[in-house]
Formats: sequence, C-alpha cells, structure tokens
Amino acid sequence: MNKNIFIIIGITIVITLFLLSGFASLLSPYNPADQNLYERLQEPGLSHLLGQDSLGRDILSRLIYGSRVSLKVGFLTIFISGIIGTFVGSVAGYYGGRIDRILMQICDIFLAFPGLLMAITLIAILGPGLNNVIFALCIMGWVSYARLVRGQILSLKNLDYIQAAVACGISDMRIILKHLLPNLMTPIIVHSTFGMAGAIVAEAGLSFLGLGVQPPETSWGMMLSEGRKFLLIAPHMTTFPGLAIMIVVLGLNLLGDGLRDKLDVKREQNL
Amino acid sequence: MNNYIIKRLLLTIPTVFGVVTLVFLVIHFIPGDPVEIMLGETASQTDKAKLRADLGLDLPIFTQYLGFLSNLFQGNLGTSFHFRQPAFELIMKRLPATIELSLGALAVALIISIPLGIFSAVKQYSYVDQGSLFLALIGVSMPNFWLGPILIIVFSIHLGWLPVSGRGDIYNLILPAITLGASMAAILTRMIRSSLLDTLKEEYIKTARAKGLPEPIILLKHALRNALLPVVTILGLQFGSLLAGSIITETIFSWPGIGRLTIQAIVSRDYPLVQACVMVVALGYVFINLLTDLMYAWIDPRIKYE
Repeated sequence: MNKNIFIIIGITIVITLFLLSGFASLLSPYNPADQNLYERLQEPGLSHLLGQDSLGRDILSRLIYGSRVSLKVGFLTIFISGIIGTFVGSVAGYYGGRIDRILMQICDIFLAFPGLLMAITLIAILGPGLNNVIFALCIMGWVSYARLVRGQILSLKNLDYIQAAVACGISDMRIILKHLLPNLMTPIIVHSTFGMAGAIVAEAGLSFLGLGVQPPETSWGMMLSEGRKFLLIAPHMTTFPGLAIMIVVLGLNLLGDGLRDKLDVKREQNL
Repeated sequence: MNNYIIKRLLLTIPTVFGVVTLVFLVIHFIPGDPVEIMLGETASQTDKAKLRADLGLDLPIFTQYLGFLSNLFQGNLGTSFHFRQPAFELIMKRLPATIELSLGALAVALIISIPLGIFSAVKQYSYVDQGSLFLALIGVSMPNFWLGPILIIVFSIHLGWLPVSGRGDIYNLILPAITLGASMAAILTRMIRSSLLDTLKEEYIKTARAKGLPEPIILLKHALRNALLPVVTILGLQFGSLLAGSIITETIFSWPGIGRLTIQAIVSRDYPLVQACVMVVALGYVFINLLTDLMYAWIDPRIKYE
C-alpha cells in the first residue's frame, strides 16, 4: 500500500483539526452554548446539520469548539511528557550504570499502571478539569519517551562520532543536545503522533467518565457521555462526537504508521 | 530455566514494592486534601480533624507508610466509607465479573485476529489483506466508549438481539466483550500478519516446501507456531490493559466488576476504596506480565536467559 497516501490522509485530517479549532468562532454556525429548549434532541436537518442536543444546542458548533480541547490536550501532553521523558531517557542512556538502573526501575513502576488507571487515580484526588487531565496524562506519558530515548541513545553513544566528541572534551550536555538528540527526532516525532492520538482518546475517555472537562467547556468525550443518556431517542448525540474522535485518531494513526513505515525499511516489506 | 524463573520473580519484588509505594505517595502528596474532598469544603474543622485522626493522616508520614505496608501484608486494604465494608471483600466480590469480561474480550480478540492475520499474511497485498489492514486501523482508532453505545444501538435497540446491560448469561457478555476486545483484535491482527510474514521467509520454511510438504501443514505446523511467539508477549501486555480498559466498558454496560466499582468509589469520594482498587488492578497487571514472561520462556526453548 502506498505509504504516501497514509501520510497525506493523516496530514489532511490533522490540518483540518487545526483549522477547526483555530477558526472555531468563524466556522461555527451557532454559539455552542446557545440553548433552545423548544428544539431539544432534534435530528440532523438543514438548519442544524448534525442536529441538536438535550438542551437544544447545535451539535456541529459544539463539535467545532470541542476540537480545541482535543488539540490542546494532545499537544500539551506530548510536549510536556516529551520534554520530561527525553531528559530522563537521555540521562539514563548516556550515563548508564546505577543512574540508568534507578531511572528504568522508576519507569517500570509507572508502567505497572495500565492504561488510564493512574490518570483516573490522580484526577480522583485532584478533581476533574482540563488542566488536571493534562497533568495526569503527562505523569503517565513521559515514561514511553524515556524508554524510547534511552534505547536510541544506548545504540548511538558508542558510535565513532560521539566518541570523537568525547575525546575533544565537549561537555556531556552539548553532546546530548547537539549530537545525540538531533538523530532521535524521527522516532520521537513518530512516537508523538501516536502519543497525541492516545492523549486525545484518553481525554475523551476521562470526560466520558465525568472526570475530564467540566461544563461550560465542551469536549467530544463529554458530548458522548451526555448523548449516552439519550441513546434510545437521539442516537445522533452519540454518533457524531464518536465519529469525530475516531476520524482524528485514525488520521494520527495513519500519519504515524505512514511516517514509521516510510523510515523503516524492514517493516515496509511487511506492512 | 529455573534460574530464570527465580530471577524474574526476584525482579518483580521491587516493582511490586514500587507500585505500592507510588500509590501511597500519590494519595498522600498530590495537592488536594483527601479529608476536604471527602467531607466537602464546608465541613467544620472539628469534623475534619476527627476524620483525619480516624484515617491516621495526622501521624508522621513515615509512620503512616509503615502502617499502610503492615495492613497490606495482612490483606487489609482499608474500609470503604460508602459501603461500610472492607475494601478487599468488595473487590473480591467483583473480581470474577472483571475476569469473565477480560477473558471474553480475549476470546473475541483471538477469534477475530488469528484467522484474519493468517489470511492477510498468506494473501499479502490482496483485497482481503488490504481490507483487514484497514479494519485493523479502524479497530485501533475506534474508542471503546463509542463502540459500546454503537453496538447497543444496533444489536440491542434496533435488532433486539442482545441485552443492553447487566451481567447474567452468555448473551450479556457478548457486547461488552466485543467492545473491550475490538482494539486488541486489531492490534493482534497486525502483529500476527507481520510476524507470520517474517516467519514465512525463514530458511526452514523453504526446506519444508522443498520436501514437498502440503502448504496447510507448512503454515499451521511450522510457520504459525513460531510466528505466534512474539504475539504471546503482546497478548500478555494487552490482557493486562484489559483490566484497566474494563473501567469504561463496565461503566457503559453496567457490568458489576472492579472497573465500575472504581468509578463508583471515585464519584462517592470513597478514598480507601479508590486506593484499594488501583492497587489490586496494578498488581494484577504486574503479575500478568510476570506470567507472560515465564510462559514465553517455557514455549520458546531457543531463548537463553542470562
């Protein structure tokens, strides 16, 4: 299969998400908070393309504004956890020995908490809210970056050009920042693409459980959760937010898959 | 082999210890007063002080930690405020439901992924292969909190074939198991296909073909057995994730397992029960990973453990 098509579809979806969230006020046909109780649970039609929710709000407008939350969570989570994880992984991989063992043991402990479990625990204590969701996802997200970077640095640090840099007396920090990390950007970018998809799903999942974004803010997961109560009479309330999440995650997965396969010869033969 | 098992078991001890410590630290050091969360901001200082003393939160942190470990070794995970029962008992009552759901999801994943993965590898680049890869991508991208309601709309509301929620007979299990197992099926399909494609290029497969063995025998007896080895690792990790994934699935289908109990505990601010649920699921995950490693060593005699 042509990997470029995957990348193009993925990039198109991601750019669309950017445009939707950037120009939400221009693109939304209605104010997402405007209620019309006379037109509750209306099915999709000409005036409201994706229908109205239980308070008569326009679902399309809420979806457009909800994209801001997804984008914010996705970006901030991969940015913050990427920086923390890269720092920890660089230190562990470059210095090795006891530091490496201690840091990797800490990573193993964090990895012992599957999926959303730690995020749910943290939010149970911190209370729901967007910032707490991002904090909780970062607490879990840095570990995978740390392991990725450590593994890559372990394989790079014995190469001649790094040994030459060490012999020249260049500082460790400079070697890591100038000579090692630039070579790790490709796997980090690919990993971040999948990480962003994971963060968006996690936020939606937490909001679905009532632990994420709180009203009056709008999130796709929260819309899904609200729609679940009206599943029998207004399935469109559930269908469209779910579809939005799936398309964005699919786009990011396609982009990640495409980038990874394009840069990995061995896998390209098989996938 | 025995040395490996002993070494692996010993390596699990610091992880278990770390998990227990991390849960303790998270509950005690994250900003936010659990007493205030439980009683509300408007509670009087006297009530707060009393609850703090009851929970032992007024003691020095190290003393609290030792008490926490001592209780843990005695199987005492605290008492639920909401249910007024020992947390351990509550969890043990719900555990069979969560295990049933996880095994159901695992069965769904294997039933879908093994034939689809094999067929995709054997007919590489065919329409079936492309279709199954696309389905796998959809499966990975579709969040289970959306798939669940969609399945309810189609199979329970429109077709009326399966119950909407609750735990009872096998019919109650089908929709939750599909919801929880779908993404695992997608991951395994891709994994089996990729692994089988690698295996089919090995020299011993060429030898088997040169000997004139029938293709089904080569595929099932020679290639698949080896191709499934890396899949076992993924299977173990994924099965552990099912325990956490069940939190959302159990909520959607009102399935009376640990996941739903965790959410109930969070909603009712039942702090000891939250702590107990998280600990049990995390430790379950560690032990499933341990079992996976041991199983891997058992089924692949080529592996030499240092």
